[in-house]
Amino acid sequence: MADVVARDIRIPARSGQLSLHKFARRKSTIAFLMALPLIAIIACLVIYPAFYSIHLASLNKSMTKFVGFGNFEFLFRRNTFWMVVEQSLLFAITAVIFKAVVGFIVAHFVHNLPSQGQRKWRGMLLIPWVIPPAMSTLAWLWLFDPSYSAFNWVFTHLGIPQVAWLGNPYWARFCVILVNIWVGSPFFMIMYLAALKSVPEQLHEAAAIDGANWFQKIWYINLPMMRNIIQITALFSLIVTFANFDIVKILTNGGPVDQTHVFATWAFTLAIWGNDIPLGASVSLFMAPILAIAAFFILRNVRRRGNEA
Amino acid sequence: MAQVALRNIVKMFDRTPAVQGIDLDISDREFIVLVGPSGCGKSTTLRMIAGLEEATSGEIYIGDQLVNDVPPKDRDIAMVFQNYALYPHMTVFENMSFGLRLKKFPKPEIRERVQAAARILDITNLLDRRPKQLSGGQRQRVAMGRAIVRNPKVFLFDEPLSNLDAKLRVQMRTEIKKIHQTVTTTTVYVTHDQVEAMTLADRVVIMNGGRIDQIGSPHEVYHKPRTQFVAGFIGSPTMNFLPCRLVENGAGLTVRLSDWLALPVPPSREARYRPRVGQEMIFGLRPEHIREGRGDMPPGSAAFDARLDVVEPMGMETMVYFIVDGVEVCGRVDPAAAGNVGESMRLVADLNQMHLIDPRTEVVI
Ligand SMILES: Nc1ncnc2c1ncn2[C@@H]1O[C@H](COP(=O)(O)OP(=O)(O)OP(=O)(O)O)[C@@H](O)[C@H]1O
Ligand SMILES: [Mg+2]
Repeated sequence: MADVVARDIRIPARSGQLSLHKFARRKSTIAFLMALPLIAIIACLVIYPAFYSIHLASLNKSMTKFVGFGNFEFLFRRNTFWMVVEQSLLFAITAVIFKAVVGFIVAHFVHNLPSQGQRKWRGMLLIPWVIPPAMSTLAWLWLFDPSYSAFNWVFTHLGIPQVAWLGNPYWARFCVILVNIWVGSPFFMIMYLAALKSVPEQLHEAAAIDGANWFQKIWYINLPMMRNIIQITALFSLIVTFANFDIVKILTNGGPVDQTHVFATWAFTLAIWGNDIPLGASVSLFMAPILAIAAFFILRNVRRRGNEA
Repeated sequence: MAQVALRNIVKMFDRTPAVQGIDLDISDREFIVLVGPSGCGKSTTLRMIAGLEEATSGEIYIGDQLVNDVPPKDRDIAMVFQNYALYPHMTVFENMSFGLRLKKFPKPEIRERVQAAARILDITNLLDRRPKQLSGGQRQRVAMGRAIVRNPKVFLFDEPLSNLDAKLRVQMRTEIKKIHQTVTTTTVYVTHDQVEAMTLADRVVIMNGGRIDQIGSPHEVYHKPRTQFVAGFIGSPTMNFLPCRLVENGAGLTVRLSDWLALPVPPSREARYRPRVGQEMIFGLRPEHIREGRGDMPPGSAAFDARLDVVEPMGMETMVYFIVDGVEVCGRVDPAAAGNVGESMRLVADLNQMHLIDPRTEVVI
């Protein structure tokens, strides 16, 4: 009898008292208990390093003395720090916007290909994303080489003055963003393609009959229907791009004169080359609050629409 | 308001033909129903009128304009889809006004038109909802509202009622008829439900295997089917078909159905059938024209006795089945008069309603 009552929570007579027995029988409790080992592992792998880096950030350079916010005060007074903040934001936001735009456009092209050819194109377009960035960035490094590179060779033949791609701070910023877009847009393409495939073809037909041209179909049908995917993909990519390390490290190593450093590369430079691990930890801690704010706003939108649609 | 004309329309999907040469003239304000079994090319034909499929060959006219190369958005048509295809991210109002907003109508006029259409369809209180918050019948109304608001030249319906339950379907059927009487727009309506076809249509187009078998008023296709397919498709339960031989019997003609059953051809049909004397034919007679034997015998009727094989009471009437040379034959009789299974019952066939079909061409003579 007790079993029956415990199983059916809707029975009003007993639902007020929450016996231990009933609590253990609840689906959510069981689910929690079963997921506990995984939660514990994640907690160890995430929470421990997080607290450890906070601890590190509060020490002095030789890690012998507690200095509180001393490292942060030092950072705030340095111009390079603000430059890195600026470059990180510029790098991440520009790259994500362009990756999204390129991915969106390419996804539409691929979606409208005849279905036989689609698989082939999809595979080829994913290549930049699947080869290790360390390797492909080396190829780009060679392409950007001031004297022997393909770009400058073409420029010479066209009579356009050569460009010091990685030597000029502005061009160097352009280059790291360009390579990041090249590596990252296939991910957007594949996500948007999946979202596009879930837009029923009949909606396009209905819109065509309602008088929509191709652009209006994209603007009024595809875009709103893909909005959640677009935002989640953008958020995810923003986090990854913000924390980018390999492309900047290989292509410019932060140079010229620290102009292309982002948080991760600068933290690495300070901590490893500069032998100041606490300062590096302080820099890398800065990413967290900025990303948390972005995540909050984007996810709030997603949740609100999820309820109404 | 406009007439629609199809001239020898062919549609191939790769190398399989879906529509094989259709000619159809639809006059202004007419309600045309395309009906036929699954896969006969009804939707394909409709989608070609809409411009969603390109005709492989042939010409399509809307009004006086050749529209083969006109994209759907410029054809000034409205279509109601089987699963409604409402825009899920828009409210009912936005769904209905989408076409007008694209055409940059002034806001007050949009509001006015949507309100008017909503009043006709009785959905004024739903305008702020999203499609997800509507029942099937309500979505159906919104889909129709989206079509009405635009005031197009032609309405196209592709099985708009097939996702509704039986009761709602009957209700919406009546409603569609009423709406057509109000707005009188030229309408092409696709269905595989012959009751919808018969009740809604000014003219019914019966399609079979990518071709048109017959075009005619509901009365015509019921009483004067052109082919065996039409005769069998229209009417429920379907017409009885029996192999027979047409024989001379003194001055008159007789159809011999089996060694125990032969029915006299009414004199009015004799001239038409005489050239076929001696040939193997198919005899067709609807169940409703096989009734119980009553006192009087109208001219052209013939009485016979049959041993009942199955008896199905339907309430208002009873279906009786008997076997003639291995073929099951159905009759519709008064419940009070129906006999029991295994018993013999006196039945009367109204031969004024009979059909003779040439088995080679399957054409009704
Ligand atoms: N996109 C397509 N590609 C290939 N063949 C198709 C396509 N659309 C339809 N067909 C074929 O064309 C024929 C006619 O299809 P259609 O959809 O017009 O039938 P229908 O009469 O509407 O049937 P239903 O009552 O089942 O809706 C079918 O044999 C179908 O398989
Ligand atoms: Mg169909």
